[in-house]
Amino acid sequence: MKLSIERGTLLKALAQAQSVVERRNTIPILANVLIEAEGANVSFRATDLDIEVLDRAPAMVERAGATTVSAVMLHEIIRKLPDGSLVNLSEDAASGRLTIAAGRSNFSLATLPKEDFPVMASSEYSSNFSAPAPMLRRLFDKAKFAISTEETRYYLNGVYLHVSTGDSGPVLRAVATDGHRLARIDATLPEGAAGMPGVIVPRKTVNELRKLLDDDDATIAVSVSETKVRFATPVITLTSKVIDGTFPDYTRVIPTGNTRRLEVDATEFAKAVDRVATVSSERSRAVKLSLEEDRLILSVNAPDSGAAEEELAVAYQDERLEIGFNAKYLLEIASQVDRENAVFLFNSSGDPTLMREGNDMSAVYVVMPMRV
Amino acid sequence: MSNLCRDCLTQFETGARCPACRSPRILAHAELNDLSIAHMDCDAFYASVEKRDNPDLRDKAVIVGGGTRGVVSTCCYLARIHGVRSAMPMFQALKLCPDATVVKPRMSVYVETSRAIRALMEELTPAIEPLSLDEAFLDLTGTTRLHGAPPAVMLARLVKRMEDELGLTGSIGLSHNKFLAKIASDLDKPRGFSVIGRAETEAFLRPKPVRIIWGVGTATQAALDSAGIRTIADLLRWDRGDLNARFGQMGERLWHLSRGQDHRRVNRDERLKSISKETTFFDDTSDADLLDGHIWRLSEQVADRAKAKHLSGRTVTLKLKRADFTLITRRHSLTDPTQLTDRIYRCAKDLFEQSANKGPYRLIGVGISDLAPEAEADLNRDLLDPNAPKRAAAERAADAIRARFGKEAIIKGRALR
Repeated sequence: MKLSIERGTLLKALAQAQSVVERRNTIPILANVLIEAEGANVSFRATDLDIEVLDRAPAMVERAGATTVSAVMLHEIIRKLPDGSLVNLSEDAASGRLTIAAGRSNFSLATLPKEDFPVMASSEYSSNFSAPAPMLRRLFDKAKFAISTEETRYYLNGVYLHVSTGDSGPVLRAVATDGHRLARIDATLPEGAAGMPGVIVPRKTVNELRKLLDDDDATIAVSVSETKVRFATPVITLTSKVIDGTFPDYTRVIPTGNTRRLEVDATEFAKAVDRVATVSSERSRAVKLSLEEDRLILSVNAPDSGAAEEELAVAYQDERLEIGFNAKYLLEIASQVDRENAVFLFNSSGDPTLMREGNDMSAVYVVMPMRV
Repeated sequence: MSNLCRDCLTQFETGARCPACRSPRILAHAELNDLSIAHMDCDAFYASVEKRDNPDLRDKAVIVGGGTRGVVSTCCYLARIHGVRSAMPMFQALKLCPDATVVKPRMSVYVETSRAIRALMEELTPAIEPLSLDEAFLDLTGTTRLHGAPPAVMLARLVKRMEDELGLTGSIGLSHNKFLAKIASDLDKPRGFSVIGRAETEAFLRPKPVRIIWGVGTATQAALDSAGIRTIADLLRWDRGDLNARFGQMGERLWHLSRGQDHRRVNRDERLKSISKETTFFDDTSDADLLDGHIWRLSEQVADRAKAKHLSGRTVTLKLKRADFTLITRRHSLTDPTQLTDRIYRCAKDLFEQSANKGPYRLIGVGISDLAPEAEADLNRDLLDPNAPKRAAAERAADAIRARFGKEAIIKGRALR
């Protein structure tokens, strides 16, 4: 294999590949990136056995071929090369080394045979559709804060992407929860997605996917099967196993009969919560909300450290209510609101509370109160 | 020289017998009235309780222990003559002493007896640090004026009262720190009373093997051995810095302890770090139903203990010992601490199901750690488990019933498995 490629193009292609590679792993080949050169293209493939990323870039290929080298090391070398350099990669089969040459810099990296590289078995996707990047970005960005980190409930360690029925017809829906808060985000159902099986996209995949979604004009080709999900742009293909488990029936968790309505400026609210939470006990982070007509009092009373209180002018016309929450959960939920006021719907101090942005039902959050 | 008669508690200056009652059981030591840190250790506690409660056993060798493959918990001094020791497998003990009567442990009786002893000790000092049911450190510093008698007298009175009122014998070690007091109580068992004064501390320790030092187990002993250290005298030859360099923190401790220096206080409230319960099966098992029943019962015991102590735990640990003695421990941190059987059980059960190890098991244990006051417990609710508050309320109600009508008044069907 022998090729030359512009440094910037190479760096971009490698960035995604090396981020999939697990830093601590015991199988040497998994630390490597598979480089394949053919025609006018070079591709980089990396995997952690659950996720595989394949990145293509145009290159001047002198001699087709394939080999594997340390993904992190190659990325580091390319990153440190001066901008605009032309990088020559050439494999010396006899010595088992890959030579990287740019200007006066010369590197040679140990290789492992390409045959050892585990390529993820391709599978039959039962559903293929395309979706605009901003839409997928919104679905995952707004849901991912609620992903659980509890390994005992592994089926919550991802975003449940599935087809459902929203207020105005069928939707593509992303749901995540850790048992304390829940996010349910809807988007217009893309054409061809109707028969898609529901899948739990693992957290790491959600994070890797994010890098494909930055371009507002991009269209992402999505393929889904019972066991795998694939997101592809013309240059990058991200394939991931999905979590083998059943996502709990979240619909019965979302309250429908909450009538006490609080409307508040989300930014002001978040700032005030953050301020009073300063004195809350490190572990419980409990904040009390006391509501009466058009008035919200946020308070913290931590016997060991102190007390805090702050009053906010809000819109509230229902009976008095006192309810406690974990400050962290409130802050995370409030920070999802970016356009309008936050609307909270309460039932009693022991029941789940619903939050949405204005009257927009396409992004709904549920948070569980705590005893205070 | 201060002398004390251990039978009638008379104090006198000279003589080999008590001038009042002519008893030969006297204590004589120059520092007798100046020492105040003591270690009390009951003699063959479980076996003594059994002999007390069943006079037929009095002249027989008694081994307390249980199960077909149980080990010896305690054995009386008659059995010890035959070579039976604690922690020895039962079959081996019975080979050594075939006439021995084996008694199953009656834990509740021992606990009750231990409380009675504790009550007697409380009369001497509030500074009591129990090490187990049958031994404790006592600090009697500054109590002489209160009791109108020096610590030695009060301690002799304590063991006398234990004999008279509870029918149990104990041995006392009296010295100027915990390390030496503990060594002393072991010197003259049973019914012993040994004193190690400041003056003879070094001479006493010098010829002793390093094993006598608390915390020196097989591993440390091997390490010391390879450094040519076998006795305390060997240790004394080492420079403090060298000991530190070679053995780290342990070296520092060895340097102090070999000189008879121990500055640890007698702690009344050794703060609880974890609560755990475990059980060893009569026969190794991989029966999921049976194990499930055990997980439930152990969770319940842990929760009961936590509730009694007004504590809760954030981390749940499941311990499994396989038939080949490999130990598996799995732990999980909850989002908020709990003291409920229900939550402990569910968590332990998840851990069990995900342990991905094949049985059969010989032991299973459940515990909570990362303890917090109960006021912080069970504040958060789980969205995905809407019935949890109902189960918690049911558990509290069942607790109230059990508090009133006894432990067996209401139990879960699951506990019968």
